[in-house]
Amino acid sequence: MNSFSPGFQGRGRRMTDRLPPGQYPTEQFPVLSAGPTPNVPTETWAFTVTTETGETHSWTWDRMMALPQQETLHDIHCVTRWSKFDTRWRGVPLDAFFEDVETTADYVVVHSYGGYTTNLPLEDLLDGKAWIAHTYDGYPLSPEHGGPARLLVPHLYFWKSAKWVRGLQLTDEDEPGFWEGVGYHNYGDPWREQRNWGD
Amino acid sequence: MAIAWHRARLAARLPQTATARSLVFTVPGWPGHLPGQHVDVRLTADDGYQAVRSYSLAAPADGDRIELGVQTVPGGEVSPYLADDLPSGADVEVRGPLGNWFVWRPEQTEPVLLVAGGSGVVPLAAMIRAHRRVPSSNAFHLLYSVRTPDDVWYGDELAAPDGHLDVRIVYTRQAPSGSPRGAGRIAAADLAEPVTRLGATSPAYVCGPTGFVESVASLLVDMGRDPATIRTERFG
Repeated sequence: MNSFSPGFQGRGRRMTDRLPPGQYPTEQFPVLSAGPTPNVPTETWAFTVTTETGETHSWTWDRMMALPQQETLHDIHCVTRWSKFDTRWRGVPLDAFFEDVETTADYVVVHSYGGYTTNLPLEDLLDGKAWIAHTYDGYPLSPEHGGPARLLVPHLYFWKSAKWVRGLQLTDEDEPGFWEGVGYHNYGDPWREQRNWGD
Repeated sequence: MAIAWHRARLAARLPQTATARSLVFTVPGWPGHLPGQHVDVRLTADDGYQAVRSYSLAAPADGDRIELGVQTVPGGEVSPYLADDLPSGADVEVRGPLGNWFVWRPEQTEPVLLVAGGSGVVPLAAMIRAHRRVPSSNAFHLLYSVRTPDDVWYGDELAAPDGHLDVRIVYTRQAPSGSPRGAGRIAAADLAEPVTRLGATSPAYVCGPTGFVESVASLLVDMGRDPATIRTERFG
């Protein structure tokens, strides 16, 4: 017996090895956004990597689509406690954008159309751990889910996978992004349940 | 310091609609919260299995009492238990307050637009109730979308005369008989009048199902509202 919630049975004891602590599985694809969905046409879309010395590397939509593409399957975990298994994406691994980038920076601030930002260590974006994703489940990524293109960093809570991505700023010092500045954990590992400051 | 789990005892359960409830808990050691914030609620089964969901706080901080709004999701794992089965006087655990973006602070002085879809009214109710405690403040304008007249939460409270709160309820499926506006989703015409009462930097808080929030936020942007003034909270 426990002293909480008498009579509660609950479901969802299956697949617990795939479910990080405190998460529940969903078949849906909920949306978390702080404001309106920006309208981002692919005709004017650009993705820019800016180094700590101010050097820039930019890709138009067509140049991005001409890079080697990957199909990739992941479980994703939102800090609002839903997890979704086997999500199927198509996009470009971040490594492809870094081939000609010279940097000694350890951190990245990700910038989005609409003003959203998020921060993470550069090493979490490289070696096949992150993508610029433009296709979800066989269809162009819809605007409310971050289309035309979003960052995909599936090993961290999904707020790190910035929607409407437009660039990366490499930094020597770690600088908190939008949610990280108002209470979300700076790193956000779902398996260590790093949801909020101090977790 | 990590946000702690607190023991929360069910003190009162009030029906809001046929499927929605207000739950009042006493939470010893509750640190207080801002209008618009939410909590995680954790249930534990006898075999140790736990389930956690987020619920919005429906009232401003009041000592160790917190009020949540629970809409039953048919077949849901947590909401039917909270809405109907958790015994009065029994305990759950809560963790919070959470969410430092979709908040209204009493020191904000501009007029405010609130747009609610269904149970999205819950965090906006906390803002309205907090706003009532502030003397001679600018008006709040609430545009509240529900399916039918039976789906209105906080009906008596929203109908009570209040010189600083302008309430418009729109019905998407079935309007009350004799209502000049027919049933239908919120359109630009519904937002036009309340928007004229806002200043350029006045905030709009939009909360409801994803499709509702997408639609209303886009309408507001199309009407010339600065996207940076529009704060959204979506569920489902």
